[in-house]
Amino acid sequence: MGAESSPKIVIVDESPIRAAILEEGLREAGFTGVVRISEMQSLLARIYALDPDVILIDLENPSRDVLEQMFQVSRAVRRPIAMFVDQSDSASIQASVDAGVSAYIVDGLKKERIKPILDLCISRFNAFSKLQDELDRAKSALEDRKVIDRAKGILMKLKGLTEEEAYVLLRSTAMREKKKIGEIAQSILTASELLK
Amino acid sequence: MTTPLRIGFIPLVDAAALVVAVDKGFAKAEGLDVTLVREVSWSNVRDKLNIGLFDAAHLLAPVAIASSLGLGHVKVPIIASYNLGLNGNAITVSPGLHAAIMSEIEGDPFDPMATALALSRVVAARRHSGAEPLVFGMTFPFSTHNYQLRFWMAAGGVDPDEDIRLVVLPPPYMVDSLANGQVDAFCVGAPWNSVAVDLGVGHILHFVSDILLRAAEKVLATRREWSEKNPDILAALIRAHQRAAEFIEHPQNRAEVAGILGQPERIGIDADVIRRTLDGRLKISPDGTMRESSRYLLVGREGSARPDPVLAVWLYAQMVRWRQATISPEAAEIAQAVFRPDLYDAALGSRAGQDEAAFGSVGAFAGPAFDPADVGGYLAAFNVFRRVP
Repeated sequence: MGAESSPKIVIVDESPIRAAILEEGLREAGFTGVVRISEMQSLLARIYALDPDVILIDLENPSRDVLEQMFQVSRAVRRPIAMFVDQSDSASIQASVDAGVSAYIVDGLKKERIKPILDLCISRFNAFSKLQDELDRAKSALEDRKVIDRAKGILMKLKGLTEEEAYVLLRSTAMREKKKIGEIAQSILTASELLK
Repeated sequence: MTTPLRIGFIPLVDAAALVVAVDKGFAKAEGLDVTLVREVSWSNVRDKLNIGLFDAAHLLAPVAIASSLGLGHVKVPIIASYNLGLNGNAITVSPGLHAAIMSEIEGDPFDPMATALALSRVVAARRHSGAEPLVFGMTFPFSTHNYQLRFWMAAGGVDPDEDIRLVVLPPPYMVDSLANGQVDAFCVGAPWNSVAVDLGVGHILHFVSDILLRAAEKVLATRREWSEKNPDILAALIRAHQRAAEFIEHPQNRAEVAGILGQPERIGIDADVIRRTLDGRLKISPDGTMRESSRYLLVGREGSARPDPVLAVWLYAQMVRWRQATISPEAAEIAQAVFRPDLYDAALGSRAGQDEAAFGSVGAFAGPAFDPADVGGYLAAFNVFRRVP
């Protein structure tokens, strides 16, 4: 690594979307030497071949333990790697664990150089989980709508209601039973399955 | 009033006491409201315990020692007040390596010296023919698995750093790696050895109790600072574990225990495999050969839950032998002080389990008797060790 050139960064992440988001963030911030690894087989061999200065890995990844081997001095390890821990800054460790990411650096890389990378990593990981939450919510909302539409159809057919009336019936029942409208709709579907 | 606690664990059978303490209500009866958090790596467990996201954890005994010594990571003093499991690992080899070892073996195939010598002949033959070195998988640099493998093969003259390749693999990847030839053997805890045998891709060569009669495997770990601030909570936790361990060790409860541990949010594997592990009755070969041992995994019986400081120093000695730690009386003392039989005894009083005869002994198949007061002298008896840092 040239002291002033952009450090070579490897992202180990089985989620290609999150890795792409992180890579984009790093590139925008001027870190151009970024490589993504999403395949965990022969992980160490791949990393040694790339010879990075910084390794970023998500905490949901069991292969984090594989990286711990790099701290051990051995024939296989060309350059000793250390986990990035700034003992004076426990808040940043906490933030990185909360965000679900961990950083490993080659011994000797200056703290000032890794800090912005880790900060960026944390903010991108947090942004990703927010996105994931929103996506999950949107998905379940869509699921609910499908269920409600089918329940309305059943009510319309059985009770001769209009679509509007069927919906009002569902909603008022949900309010009376203190349940979600999706749950009431689901129980109508279940009941109608049973009574078939 | 109940005390909320967050405890991290890795889905392995030796988390049994922890899981049963919670799921059978023993923790609750002690006024503890425990949330168990399933983790995917020892690094995560260690880090979350260190920074206080976990109050306690199911942890590899050597990690508790390494953390207290500041080896390879941040120095955070950890204590072990309850031993969750003694032994419990096994060495599994591929059918190819099994056949090679058996064709070289002289003597009893369950004798670790006989297999280690056979392995050294296999290794030599491979070197002659220019074959790639054998690859052995284990779970973590600071793990009993690492030291058990090394201790065993070194006794036969195989240098684990020069003659073979020893690699870290997460336990859930072990079986696949053996099946696709990425590793030739591994040392791992239950259930993974049985899974490999059931799939026909491995033979269990040794229970680790063949290598050492008593090895501290996983401990209930807490930060020393937290433990000093919360002595009553820790004592309650120890009592809950003791009741759980007693429940688990009762043969009549085994089916229920296996069912609890088999739940998807706990260990999440076939209850039958868990049952065989707890009973110490394992299928060791794809042809159906069974092997039984009363020493396979001890979850509290024979006083095994009582932390034994001698076993902690033995683990430290392995760190020195393989150049993970430097030798000093101070470091040996720190390692020894990680294991806290005093807290265990204080919490349990007359219910404390103890095996006077075995306490303080390692029972290794090779080398001199272990003297915790003279780590250097003990290590001088071994001619295979890590020479260059």
